[in-house]
Amino acid sequence: MAKDYQQDFGSIITSKTSFIDEIINLARKSSIFYLLFGLACCGIELMQTGGPRADIDRFGSVPRATPRQSDLMIVAGTLTYKMAERCRLLYEQMAEPKYVISMGSCASCGGLFQYAYSVCKGVDKLVPVDIYVPGCPPRPEALTEGLMRVQDKIVRERWFAARQKVGQPRPGLGIDYKVTA
Amino acid sequence: MKPLELPTMDMENKEVLRRIEITGDMLLNMGPQHPSTHGVINFLVQTDGEVMKRAIPEVGYLHRSLEKIGERCTYNGFMPYTDRVDYIAAMFANQGWAMAVERLLGLQVPKRAEYCRVIACELNRISSHLVSVGTMAMDIGAVTPFPYALREREFINDLLEELCGARLTYNYLRIGGVAFDLPSGYEEKVSSFLDHFEKILDEFNRLITYNEIFIKRLAHLAPIPGPMAIEYCLAGPNLRASGVGFDVRKDLPYSVYPDFQFDVPVGKGEVGTVGDSWDRFWCRVEEMRQSCRILRQALAQIPRDAQIMGKVPRKIKLPEGAEAYSRIESARGDMQYYVVAGPGENAHRVKIRTGSFTAMGIIDALSRGLMIADLVALIASLDVVAPEIDR
Amino acid sequence: MTFEEIQQRLAAKLGERIGALSPANKDPFLVVQAADLVAVCRLLKDDPDLAFDCLMNLSTVDWPKKNQIEVVYHLWSYPKRHSFILKVQLDRAGPEVPSVEPVWKSANWLEREQFDLMGVQFNGHPDLRRIMMPDDWVGHPLRKDYKEEAQWHNITTTRENSLEGYVRLDELAKKAAEAAAKKEVPS
Repeated sequence: MAKDYQQDFGSIITSKTSFIDEIINLARKSSIFYLLFGLACCGIELMQTGGPRADIDRFGSVPRATPRQSDLMIVAGTLTYKMAERCRLLYEQMAEPKYVISMGSCASCGGLFQYAYSVCKGVDKLVPVDIYVPGCPPRPEALTEGLMRVQDKIVRERWFAARQKVGQPRPGLGIDYKVTA
Repeated sequence: MKPLELPTMDMENKEVLRRIEITGDMLLNMGPQHPSTHGVINFLVQTDGEVMKRAIPEVGYLHRSLEKIGERCTYNGFMPYTDRVDYIAAMFANQGWAMAVERLLGLQVPKRAEYCRVIACELNRISSHLVSVGTMAMDIGAVTPFPYALREREFINDLLEELCGARLTYNYLRIGGVAFDLPSGYEEKVSSFLDHFEKILDEFNRLITYNEIFIKRLAHLAPIPGPMAIEYCLAGPNLRASGVGFDVRKDLPYSVYPDFQFDVPVGKGEVGTVGDSWDRFWCRVEEMRQSCRILRQALAQIPRDAQIMGKVPRKIKLPEGAEAYSRIESARGDMQYYVVAGPGENAHRVKIRTGSFTAMGIIDALSRGLMIADLVALIASLDVVAPEIDR
Repeated sequence: MTFEEIQQRLAAKLGERIGALSPANKDPFLVVQAADLVAVCRLLKDDPDLAFDCLMNLSTVDWPKKNQIEVVYHLWSYPKRHSFILKVQLDRAGPEVPSVEPVWKSANWLEREQFDLMGVQFNGHPDLRRIMMPDDWVGHPLRKDYKEEAQWHNITTTRENSLEGYVRLDELAKKAAEAAAKKEVPS
């Protein structure tokens, strides 16, 4: 059964997905394991989002400590230059298909630390970000919405289309990030 | 003795094997991304796999240059940055800054504002200790108490959100008072929360604090004798667990703490040695109980119909070179602000000394001969958070 | 004991090397010379009436106008419950001061932090290396004349304005659409 699936945020995309795609994407979106990459204050709200009240375990999302077992990296908190190389390393250790949520204003653009000499102004200088969740820190409900947007992204994907082509630059607001492997 | 070179990429196999045979140890990185290092802290651990020879902490992964930003911001404008110094117990950081600048200005804070500050701070102390106690239980391996602690913390988050609009980084205090008054009906809500919470504390004690496995894991682990704690300048529950009965609220009273009756839990070595990890855990649980006591008294004694903000000049300008020092009892110990006033509207230098920074200095000395799982328990019992260390 | 009494006690023991207390601009302090620092600190710690067993805080303040860097020591005594402030004033061009790590262990990390951020050399420190900044960072950030570099390990230190970024991305998309349209025309 083909089904039209329409999004009305950003650009309107209508994509016909096949039945196999639907089954695969249903399984993938209901079990997004996220990497516990809580760096700063947003890390505490990430913890509370996985906690009792705003429970993202009901979406099937459980925290994993290792990037090898996770699909989603939620960069929660301020990224400093000292931590930047580890962030990139962790991203490259994740297996495809992988997604990145940049949680909070520090991860999205440097936040309130614009005059800091040691803060990387946005995690999208290092890794390609799929969803930006604004807030300082974002409420658990906001992060849950971010997760649901990642689910929407997953639902629109097709099995036979490659997600990233090696060597092609992906233009974004940060530094242009080239897929190297 | 010539230092032994570590194996490098271009060495022959037999050279590398000879070196590894001599030391027999691995040099591992524990962190900075690690579920149980309480923020981004790295430990270089020299171990044979189970027992550590040493653990060298490496910090700076969350250094957000707050002190340099303090030299750019106005005195009022720096208040949100102090929230990020210790995001779990943000009210205390706010209070330290407010007190330092009020001392420089010679400002008197109205009584109702002081009571509002105490109520907000003690609620924050309970919430911070809940995180500390919950993550400590989780690091030992008991995953269940952690959501219990988070559940209680959600109630406190609701109360503080009603008070000042934010769940984590409050920016509630202002130089000269507080930003918002207590909303109507607030006293009843806090009282009903306290009634519920004190029963939860007893449940917590039955479940975890006096649990046999917990005691076996934590008793006699890394005992810090009182003189050593003073030498390394530990603060807060870490210091009190080692037998030194010093609490800034009692010994150098500030704000309206002299009006309240409360005890200060000092470690007695109830199930192990004085100053071991169980004592540090127990101190925090008992402090939560004492905070409930202070809260009840504050709610009863708060003056009605009074102002919440003192007379503060619109632009705060101070003589260059004036310096002030403020000490408060934060959830993690004795937080101290050293402020040197600059020529314009901003400070010339802000130095924040936190309890976690000095606690990291002691880990190297304590960790010789511990097992890796014990290192995790030790870090958790010292209750370090990365932003306090790195600022 | 008050600050004045402590200063008199020190002057009685060490004589001329101890100057007068500077006037209180909220807190009075005592300026000592770098060469006398360790002796003064040992006396403050070992004397039974002074008993300063805790170095609470060690900070440095940069005064470019006076061409000085001040190192400020805040001391606290647990048995006697009194505090004291010591300052050492150093030349900004080559700030060096003996380390007080042999006297108080808490100075270990505090001095490392000030070395990292302000560039003060602590002679006799067992392990003086950077603590907050990455090991290959150039410069001492808390100095007043510190200039941030344009990049570190190929990560740029500034971020373009998002609105300009969106305009740039729109231009790129337009160019890509024109290129695609041009490719279709000849076929």
